[in-house]
Amino acid sequence: MKSFMSTGIVKGILYQITGSFMGAGILGGIRALMGLSWKTEPAIVLGGLVGAIGFMVGVGGFKDWWKMALGEEVNEASQVFGEQGLKRYFGFSLDHKVIGIQYGILSMVLLVLGGSLALIFRVELAQSGLQILNFVQFNTLVGLHGMVLIASILMGIAAMSNYVVPLLIGAEDMAFPRLNAFSFWIAVPASIILMSSMLFGGFETGWTAYPPLSVRGPMGIQMFFLGVFIVGWSSILGALNLIATVLTMRSKGMELFKMPIFAWSVLATSIISLTATQLIGLSFQLVMFERLFEMSFFTPSNGGNPILFQHLFWFYSHPAVYIFVLPGLGIISELLPVFVRKPLFGYKWVAMSSMGIALTGFLVWGHHMFTAGIEEYLRVPFMYSTLLVAVPTGVKFFSWVATIWQGKARFPVPMLFVLGGIIVFLLGGLTGPPSGTVSTDLHLHDTYYIVGHFHNTMFGGFIFPIFAAIYYWYPKITGRRMSETLGKIHFYLMTPSFFLMTFGQMRIGLLGMRRRIADYDPAMGFDFTQLLITIGGYLIAISILIFFYNLIVSAKKGESATGNVWNSRSPEWDILPSPAPAHNYAGIHFNVVGEPYDYGLKGSKYVELAQVEAQSKESDE
Amino acid sequence: MSSINNTIASYQQKLAISRLGLWLFFASDAFMFGGLLITRFYLLGNKNLNLDQTLGLLVTSILLISSFFMNRAEVMVSQGNHKGFITSLVITILLGISFLVGVVGLEWGNAHFGPGDGAEGAVFYMMTGMHAFHVLTGIIFLGLVLRNGLNKKYTAEKHYAVEASANYWHFIDVVWIIYYPVLYLMGTM
Repeated sequence: MKSFMSTGIVKGILYQITGSFMGAGILGGIRALMGLSWKTEPAIVLGGLVGAIGFMVGVGGFKDWWKMALGEEVNEASQVFGEQGLKRYFGFSLDHKVIGIQYGILSMVLLVLGGSLALIFRVELAQSGLQILNFVQFNTLVGLHGMVLIASILMGIAAMSNYVVPLLIGAEDMAFPRLNAFSFWIAVPASIILMSSMLFGGFETGWTAYPPLSVRGPMGIQMFFLGVFIVGWSSILGALNLIATVLTMRSKGMELFKMPIFAWSVLATSIISLTATQLIGLSFQLVMFERLFEMSFFTPSNGGNPILFQHLFWFYSHPAVYIFVLPGLGIISELLPVFVRKPLFGYKWVAMSSMGIALTGFLVWGHHMFTAGIEEYLRVPFMYSTLLVAVPTGVKFFSWVATIWQGKARFPVPMLFVLGGIIVFLLGGLTGPPSGTVSTDLHLHDTYYIVGHFHNTMFGGFIFPIFAAIYYWYPKITGRRMSETLGKIHFYLMTPSFFLMTFGQMRIGLLGMRRRIADYDPAMGFDFTQLLITIGGYLIAISILIFFYNLIVSAKKGESATGNVWNSRSPEWDILPSPAPAHNYAGIHFNVVGEPYDYGLKGSKYVELAQVEAQSKESDE
Repeated sequence: MSSINNTIASYQQKLAISRLGLWLFFASDAFMFGGLLITRFYLLGNKNLNLDQTLGLLVTSILLISSFFMNRAEVMVSQGNHKGFITSLVITILLGISFLVGVVGLEWGNAHFGPGDGAEGAVFYMMTGMHAFHVLTGIIFLGLVLRNGLNKKYTAEKHYAVEASANYWHFIDVVWIIYYPVLYLMGTM
């Protein structure tokens, strides 16, 4: 029992609860001293913030920094050998592989939570009329489904980049291991705060939280804002760490254009999340302050302007979509050559296309506001910049098709998910231009067509690739393979169910079904399609349950796989054993001697152990 | 011998990585300050806020002079001048505190609007408040540096904490150099 209570996460949550009550109590106390009455809203905001800091104290996130601030020496991360076994995943660890898994666990927990919220409101929508939910409950579920899954996706890409990037570039760890652990752990209290918005009356706005509704509605929105705000810290600090890692920690001889393509897409993603995330944080903070201090940023009757919120919000939230998909597209480019045994077509172009998507992504936010009443002259420029995104994305598709062309394809489970990702993302890409073109968007805006389009991009750009990544790197983590049979059932159940869901959504959207509406007129004739969408959603949930079963059971009973299972050229498979040792390449030196993706070229090598080279030199002499 | 060289090389590399991380943080933070700048122009356009010019000029000069002393402190610690380092650092901290008193203590009390009075109030209190929050964190960092400096933790070769807080201090100063004209000088009544 004592060892359970001293586990990082348990201690953190206890401290968070204490901190929350302390924060709320302090505010109540100060107000009482000033002769003011109790007010719940500022109390829960301050309580939430103090609680999050309390969590970090409890989990031990400030211990080393406090020592550093007092000028004491702390151990280098490479000297720290944390706990072994399962327990290390539940406490503060500096090892990037442990943190990667922790991110992965959090991502999957949030995936289940966010998905379950959707399953609840899908039951409501399966039939016209109101059955199980009232309007506020429905809107809260829809909004939280969106934001919890966004958090899940952010954690998922952080999981992939944290675990894989240092292995791919031959680093011992991330550039700032303590910051890395901090950015993971701060996301845990943030997720708790985000979910707690349900306890404080929920909110009515959907995930976009537009004022004036968010200024007036129930106060659950404050917990929503605070949770997202703190998840933003996690995202910004994680991105900072990844940029520094990719730029400075590469193995000797690995030039930028010789590093694995996934590192490029992580670099591009991180540039967006480092900078743009500030703007969603700011926009949410302004609404929080408007509610708390009556500062009038967005209320027109008092000099504000609600359109300003949309500008600030979408300046992050559109590039955010590229944050979500770029790592996934990187996974596709990374795995495809391994499974078709051919060089990645146009490596440099693919690398630059990630950067291109990241940069054009900053110029397109206005296309979310065509119907919001923005200046007329802004519409067409935003339309063209939006359509411009198709160019670098097209480069990626061209490269994938050309890579597959005449390859010797194998079809293990990761490859299935890669191909599924390409097809679903293609659908997401093709349904995009009608939403980005002013004339058509005026009809499509706020309909289920947008919902369908968005789920296409998220499934194609994130869900399919992350499953591919998990099936692919699972042996690196555990030394065992996941079951191929169960994996195939997962894939062949999820993919058609997804198409059922998304085509249903786009169909009723084109016919005029609006978003964020709990009820619809039976005369519209949507009932049957809505029922099909609900069935599709539940089938996806079942396929993901199968995946979880496979994930957990294979850790103990899976087929042993300690070597280079996929015949990959990248250093983590070619040089390291599975499961990967602590501190990765400590004591191993390897040289980069060739191109990363020259599969099928006789005698070509990407990396080579330095000792081997030294020996062969001796034998030459 | 080679192990000493290795240690120096690894310290240099760590320093380079830390510097990069710090500048990435500045880039990120600059976007937040930029967002507030956009908020100001979007809501107020070419409107003058009609603030106390003398006080504005005074606090701006105080902050600029504090940056000068911060730079002196950093140069002196790198030259091994311990006494000069401490003196300059104390002057910087005192000037920083007077800036805070000037903005939060005097200007917030004097302004002819409160935070709830229309867009002017919202923008003014948000921008100065956010900047003052950064000044406050800067003063906390400098306070820690002062404590460690008094305990002789910094040498001419190893004083990254001084360098980092100095850069942070200059960064906040640069932000104010942009915020000052935008809040106090520009526009028509």
